[in-house]
Amino acid sequence: MSLSMLFLLLVAYALAAYWLGRRVVLGRVDGDARRLHSLPRYHGYRVALLAGLPPLVLLVLWLAFDQAVIGHLVMQSLPESMRTLSEAERSLLLNDIRNLATGNIASGVPDPALTAAVERYRSLSGWSNMALPVLLLLVGLGGLGWGLLRVHPGLRARTSVERVVHVLLLASASIAILTTLGIVLSVLFEALRFFETVPLGDFLFGLEWSPQIAIRVDQVGASGAFGMVPLFAGTLMIAGIALAVAVPVGLFSAIWLAEFAGARARAWIKPLLEILAGIPTVVYGFFAALVVAPLVRGLGESLGLAVSSESALAAGLVMGVMIIPFVSPLSDDVITAVPQSLRDGSLALGATPAETVLRVVVPAALPGIVGGVLLAASRAIGETMIVVMAAGVGARLTANPLDSVTTITVQIVTLLVGDQEFDSPKTLAAFALGLVLFLATLLLNVLALYVVRRYREAYE
Amino acid sequence: MSKKKNKPLVKRRAIREAVLQGLARRRRRDRLLRLAGIGAIVLGLSFLAVMLVSLVSLGQSAFWQTHIRLELRLDPERLDPQGNGSLDSLSAGDYAGVIKQALRARFPEARKRREKRELYRLVSSGAAWALRDQVVADPELLGQWRAFWLLADDEVDQWFKHGEAGGVRLSERQRHWLESLRAEGAIDTFFNWTFFRNGDSREPELAGIRGALAGSFYALLVTLALSLPLGVAAAIYLEELAPRNRWTDFIEVNINNLAAVPSIVFGLLGLAVFLNFLDLPRSASLVGGLVLTLMTLPTIIITGRAALKAVLPSIREAALGIGASRMQTVFHHVLPQALPGMLTGTIIGMAQALGETAPLLMIGMVAFIVDVPQGITDPATVLPVQIYLWADSPERAFMERTAAAILVLLLFLVLMNLVAILLRRRFEKRW
Repeated sequence: MSLSMLFLLLVAYALAAYWLGRRVVLGRVDGDARRLHSLPRYHGYRVALLAGLPPLVLLVLWLAFDQAVIGHLVMQSLPESMRTLSEAERSLLLNDIRNLATGNIASGVPDPALTAAVERYRSLSGWSNMALPVLLLLVGLGGLGWGLLRVHPGLRARTSVERVVHVLLLASASIAILTTLGIVLSVLFEALRFFETVPLGDFLFGLEWSPQIAIRVDQVGASGAFGMVPLFAGTLMIAGIALAVAVPVGLFSAIWLAEFAGARARAWIKPLLEILAGIPTVVYGFFAALVVAPLVRGLGESLGLAVSSESALAAGLVMGVMIIPFVSPLSDDVITAVPQSLRDGSLALGATPAETVLRVVVPAALPGIVGGVLLAASRAIGETMIVVMAAGVGARLTANPLDSVTTITVQIVTLLVGDQEFDSPKTLAAFALGLVLFLATLLLNVLALYVVRRYREAYE
Repeated sequence: MSKKKNKPLVKRRAIREAVLQGLARRRRRDRLLRLAGIGAIVLGLSFLAVMLVSLVSLGQSAFWQTHIRLELRLDPERLDPQGNGSLDSLSAGDYAGVIKQALRARFPEARKRREKRELYRLVSSGAAWALRDQVVADPELLGQWRAFWLLADDEVDQWFKHGEAGGVRLSERQRHWLESLRAEGAIDTFFNWTFFRNGDSREPELAGIRGALAGSFYALLVTLALSLPLGVAAAIYLEELAPRNRWTDFIEVNINNLAAVPSIVFGLLGLAVFLNFLDLPRSASLVGGLVLTLMTLPTIIITGRAALKAVLPSIREAALGIGASRMQTVFHHVLPQALPGMLTGTIIGMAQALGETAPLLMIGMVAFIVDVPQGITDPATVLPVQIYLWADSPERAFMERTAAAILVLLLFLVLMNLVAILLRRRFEKRW
């Protein structure tokens, strides 16, 4: 039975349960709703929830874990020699079994043990497909029966429905925590496995990054080097260039919009600048690689400079334009939030508008502006597509913005896109980098939020 | 006395001069600040303009596709090998052979194998499929002599559109043949329906965005179906029902942080949890949609709370005053007022999700997929990822397709934002 069909049936079943619950309770009081504690529809809701919610939860859990459990069971049934394989080989094997079971082409010639496993996989999947609807039906009917048996006119159906809804709302709000937990755990676990093979000190302070692992053990460079200093330096350089573009441009435009622009100009220009934030980053990446990088290169060469075709400068410039709207509106907000009395006082003392802005308004708004810049910095560090398309992949420790450098996000993408084995240090290194990236941006965000919040309270 | 009175007068003039001089300097500084502001805005906007103009000028040519007109004889013996006109038989016909034959007839000077190969290369391999579809749809064509517009190869396409500036790799002979075809009006461009009808392909002239559009559609469908109810529910809980305690504070801090976590980290989460732990299908829109849901939830929750906050407290109080429960107040009175604002936030979140690329690279949506996905569990790619893939291709024809795909993506974003603005205008209430 197809998934969408199952889902539709479930919805129809819940609707029927609603109707039934309403009818049963009205039948108890001969249609006189005044004798009920709750409105008839709350009785309907209650029965529908009892009948529909448990099967829905079961369905979602089943779909989430079904494949994983079957895979595990099949692996258990394999002969000893196959169970002791490394995890990467086991996942490959499982893939083969799946492909064979669904009639696709596998990577190797099936031997008897494998054929048995395929048979087992087929029978287990068949079981799973049969058991799911039956279980859903049983759970659903159980809920329905329970709900209908306990219906009586004095039942506080509304209170119990509202209690369930309350819990559902709380659960939805808690998904944010689950997500954070998921991020931390998934990145942390894989990173810890990485640190089993590469010492933490080597990773944090190593000056060389060359993650390619040789196919054979005796090849040159078979070990690979995982020092993240060059990546961090490259990330900081590109983010620095981006901020050098975005901060002045964003700040000056925010000052002009907040202090000098008329209402009409403001109404037009502000949304136009915000378009920059709405353009997908892959578009910036294409533009950087195709237009800006050759331009920077040509310009540098006409000045007699050696410019790499994937210079940090080109990626940084375009990223700077992208984050202008992250600096500008926040600064704009805090500048307009500065009380008018400060401005009036300064102007009354004979200061020009520029002096008022630079010596009174901006210092008063400074914490908010700093918060905005910190948020923009965290964007720049975590930005992926622009650097993937316009910056290099070779890790190099350099201070020259015309050289090609690589960043943390570029390395994560290059390590994880394409063929991968799941327990090689190469793949796990991506998660370690992800952990670093997460922690670095988290720190910046927390700092920014703290600065902004503290500042905002000063005027309230 | 009078002398003493005169002295300060002189001083006053000096002060006056000094002040005037200083004033000129201060006014200059004033003008400078204004100029810097205007300059910054002009810089930002001109970058936007340059980017859009160059994308349009790069991409517009991809909407037109070069075709070559050839006289074909639809030889029944070749195209209907079983001779019964059945679908099977017609599908097995040698359409490429018919086209090759026509090319040889048109340019009899190509005799050597090499020359013939160059000649055949003028026409796309897709032309034979198009011809087959035409014949299958109308078997009456068999045995006729007819002029057909055949899809040209991408090199020919670039040569015809951009001339030598296209950087094409055509031989002298091929150019000569094309010149003669052009002279008799047998080369022309038509609207490029292939671009909208086909999935991805290694041949630029056959590559289209339909697969990516379908993938984006399914991923956004999953995202919308999950993030709208969850986001609205979370916003309601936090704004209307939550007690102020550690737990809700913690939730709030988490939501604010999630809104600023780099998108690629969500991709790592998807890879580790959805693919490796839960064993969900790789490259599928389902997983893409799940990851995008987690990313857009904070946006929807934050705008949703703002919309709820904007509902007048008197409405709540009136409802509570006549005996409604908290839940009834929220669902019967507050939520209907706030829903348009919440939908606006949802559309903006969807627009962000539509343009998102990096996390989808992590969960394998970068695979080369030719088929148009038929459901949320099929392997798929999405529009921004398609753009990323094409941007990597060396052929010049893929460059214009990349730009064209970007134009389509931007068009969707503009439409979504327009809907959001209209929605906001339409339901904006003044109290």
